Amino acid sequence: MIQQPTNTSGGATSLPAPPSAGSVTLTINGVQRHMQLAPWTTLLDALREYADLTGTKKGCDHGQCGSCTVLVNGKRINSCLTLAVMQEGNEITTIEGLGQPENLSPLQQAFIDHDAFQCGYCTPGQICSAQGLINEGRAHTEDEIRELMSGNICRCGAYVGILAAVKEVVDKQSSK
Amino acid sequence: MSDLTTTPRLVEAGTSNTSYIGKPTSRVEGPAKVTGTAKYSAEFNVPGLLYGYVVTSPITKGRITKINSAPVLALEGVVQIFSHENVPSLAWFDRNYKDDVAPGGSPFRPLHDAEIKFNMQPVALVVADSFEVARYAASVLEIEYEQEKFDTNIDLKRDEGHKPGSGKTGFMPPPPPRGNPNDALKNATHRIEGEYIHGAQHHNPMEMFATTVEYHQDGKITAYDKTQGVYNVQQYITKIFGLSKDEARVVNHYMGGGFGSGLRPQYQVFLAVLAALELKQSVRVSLTRQQMFSFGHRPHTLQYLKMGTNPDGTLAALHHHALHETSKFEEYTENVVNWSGMLYQCENVNLGYQVAELDVYTPLDMRAPGAATGSFALEVAMDEMAYAAGLDPLDFRIRNYAEQDQNMKKPFSSKKLRECYHEGAAKFGWDKRTPEPRSMREGNQLIGWGMAGGVWDASMQKAAAKAIFTADGKLEVLSAAGENGTGTYTIMTQIAAETLGLPLEAVTFKLGDTNMPEAPLQGGSWTAASVGSAVKNVCTEVGEKLLKLAQKMKGSPLKGASIDDVHFADGQIRLNTNPSEAVVIRDILPASGEEKLEVESSAMPNMIKQQPYSMHSHNAVFVEVKVDEDLGTVHVTRVVNAVAAGRILNTKTARSQVLGSVVWGISMALMEETVMDHTFGRYMNHNYAEYHVPVNADIHDIDVVFVEEEDDKVNPLGVKGIGEVGMLGVAAAITNAVYHATGKRVRELPIYMDKLL
Repeated sequence: MIQQPTNTSGGATSLPAPPSAGSVTLTINGVQRHMQLAPWTTLLDALREYADLTGTKKGCDHGQCGSCTVLVNGKRINSCLTLAVMQEGNEITTIEGLGQPENLSPLQQAFIDHDAFQCGYCTPGQICSAQGLINEGRAHTEDEIRELMSGNICRCGAYVGILAAVKEVVDKQSSK
Repeated sequence: MSDLTTTPRLVEAGTSNTSYIGKPTSRVEGPAKVTGTAKYSAEFNVPGLLYGYVVTSPITKGRITKINSAPVLALEGVVQIFSHENVPSLAWFDRNYKDDVAPGGSPFRPLHDAEIKFNMQPVALVVADSFEVARYAASVLEIEYEQEKFDTNIDLKRDEGHKPGSGKTGFMPPPPPRGNPNDALKNATHRIEGEYIHGAQHHNPMEMFATTVEYHQDGKITAYDKTQGVYNVQQYITKIFGLSKDEARVVNHYMGGGFGSGLRPQYQVFLAVLAALELKQSVRVSLTRQQMFSFGHRPHTLQYLKMGTNPDGTLAALHHHALHETSKFEEYTENVVNWSGMLYQCENVNLGYQVAELDVYTPLDMRAPGAATGSFALEVAMDEMAYAAGLDPLDFRIRNYAEQDQNMKKPFSSKKLRECYHEGAAKFGWDKRTPEPRSMREGNQLIGWGMAGGVWDASMQKAAAKAIFTADGKLEVLSAAGENGTGTYTIMTQIAAETLGLPLEAVTFKLGDTNMPEAPLQGGSWTAASVGSAVKNVCTEVGEKLLKLAQKMKGSPLKGASIDDVHFADGQIRLNTNPSEAVVIRDILPASGEEKLEVESSAMPNMIKQQPYSMHSHNAVFVEVKVDEDLGTVHVTRVVNAVAAGRILNTKTARSQVLGSVVWGISMALMEETVMDHTFGRYMNHNYAEYHVPVNADIHDIDVVFVEEEDDKVNPLGVKGIGEVGMLGVAAAITNAVYHATGKRVRELPIYMDKLL
């Protein structure tokens, strides 16, 4: 059996060369970042490997788990399913942009208060997703929140806390 | 905080502001986790980093005949390809690859030779200067294989099981039969028997396995590795690569979930260290989600139970036999059937346990290994038995309550399972249940109520810790323990702060580094007991030193007092007889002229005290399911999990562990299964889209009840561990609830809708 047959045996033909890097400017958390990225670099890898913003997590790289959720122009997306070059000119917000340890966002504080995480790995994606959900303004009941937070897997099973945290912030926002 | 030092507040002993144990303290590492500043293994972006991408075997058994490296090496950005063809000579003996928890047999040695032993075996590591190029290069590396016939189907090995040896730490062969189980079964008033099955399951923590190896100028390395035991990884890589401990530091500050998958060093750490040492450069190797299915799993297990009752509803006989897979190179074992000999009182018991070898990777401990499996079968069989005998399933269990551990013939150090039954049932409203199947419904939804329970070991291991108290009143405590979501940072901070009467903010607990005193692997639900005891001991020793220094202070009210005459609270050392006679702890070092106190200490189980007892945690789970009569879909709408696990150090994080355990039980019952295609010997659903685990919409009301349980025998803290016991009985309770709802008895997990239609 031949794995990944490429017809290059004997060196007669060579493999297609990787694409070369070019200048890409991304606006991340309000800061313009000039980066040298090959066009096949995902937004997720650009954040983690090139911008050293490792708060955005890689859990599957296939849009199946939601760990890499970020906000683009306020909308939640899986950053593993978009290329960095496609996001030039857009406002990208990552977990680092939502709040910092000394300056937590209401969602971040609610996640701590309700113990809405254990290992913490899915947490940035959960919080970005919850922020996106709040921005969408369509989830109000517990069932709606559960449903619309279901793109984010938590293997530790912190869903009870996640629901309570998101519900608390949703309720506070709608009572304003 | 600072006002404590100037205006001492008088607080009754025991109710001080610095008593933290048992309180719902929020996670001290919470801010780091919710802001993305907590760094996991693949997130140390050291300068000059190279990226390795693993190529895995598409065949299940055979050998590599050719690796066509040249065209790939010619690609711009590719640095090297490591395979069995060019791996330098490493440790020759198998034993050098044995980690602390390796089962018996011969451990898998990555890139050792051309032989393929299991599907998705790592066969090459492509290293490049960017992740993207490494990934691309790995996808065009042509490899030729010669295939051989393989066995991956346990169903075909039913008659080829054998009793395993005792090669794995913690494995207890089943006790010999007791009483006369065959005759007792024959003479029983009511009898049941059945086969209970679940397939392979993979841990699938959210964080994928990854190692960043930082290569230092002097040739030493620091491996940031995803592991549940930095010391285990250190001894693994030092033995294989011939490094001294000083040359190989292993670090893990945060682990994005483990559940057992990180108990053994995984192959990415071998590959990353290999590449870094060979290339003399820093290297990161991250596995893909697909590759997370290439090592270790809860084994596919077949269990057979036979049971009978006496006229009074007591158990007359119990037979429980299990067979599960292991690999052809290691003999993986877990305690599947032993629990059945101790959870219920029964004089006639026959337990059997066998393993069969398949061409798969060696199974690996996964949350409550053995017990999650065994309790599923036992507790479904108990439900069947209760129905056969015409008894309420809860009443049946209480009738057969075990007052002692009949396997060991020892009393329990403490056992509050009866209270779990009563408190859980009361909270759930079990008395409102109508026993007949299909007797409760809401429109199209059949409602079922089921219950089950379980037992897990309360263990303790040797652990060490260091404490550094500085003149600014801050305490730092270090131990190479792990934090994979269990709350280690928080509970250790609580223990340290309470022991020395300091505010939480004055205490920092650090973990996960081989530069710190050794802690056991983060597993077996023993971290709270083991590391917690070490932290308590080391802080007590700091306290003794502080007291001595305080007594030398001018006009010290503590002169002549022994450590038993004082207590530490609210930032002060106070006389027990008159708490207003006190010394402010923060003032002690400045007054003494010392800059810091540094103490190292350890804790180990008191074997003499423990020997007479059987030490276990217990739980009882009550579940409501709603089953759509037409579609067969099952929703777990309500769960009450009552747990007796000794002293609870932090009710918030402990509750989360039990909530998570319930989610795991729901997952095991209704969703999780890694499905093997035996034509290829390959797992078919090796990704997060097809390996189903619950999402938020699958989870509804879950109530956690901690039953009060005091135990001064298990360890000085009285804790039994909480990470695993909560999962027991959940899958069985759901299965039993599905029976109550539908009248269909499912004996094979997961319960997909086709089993109910």
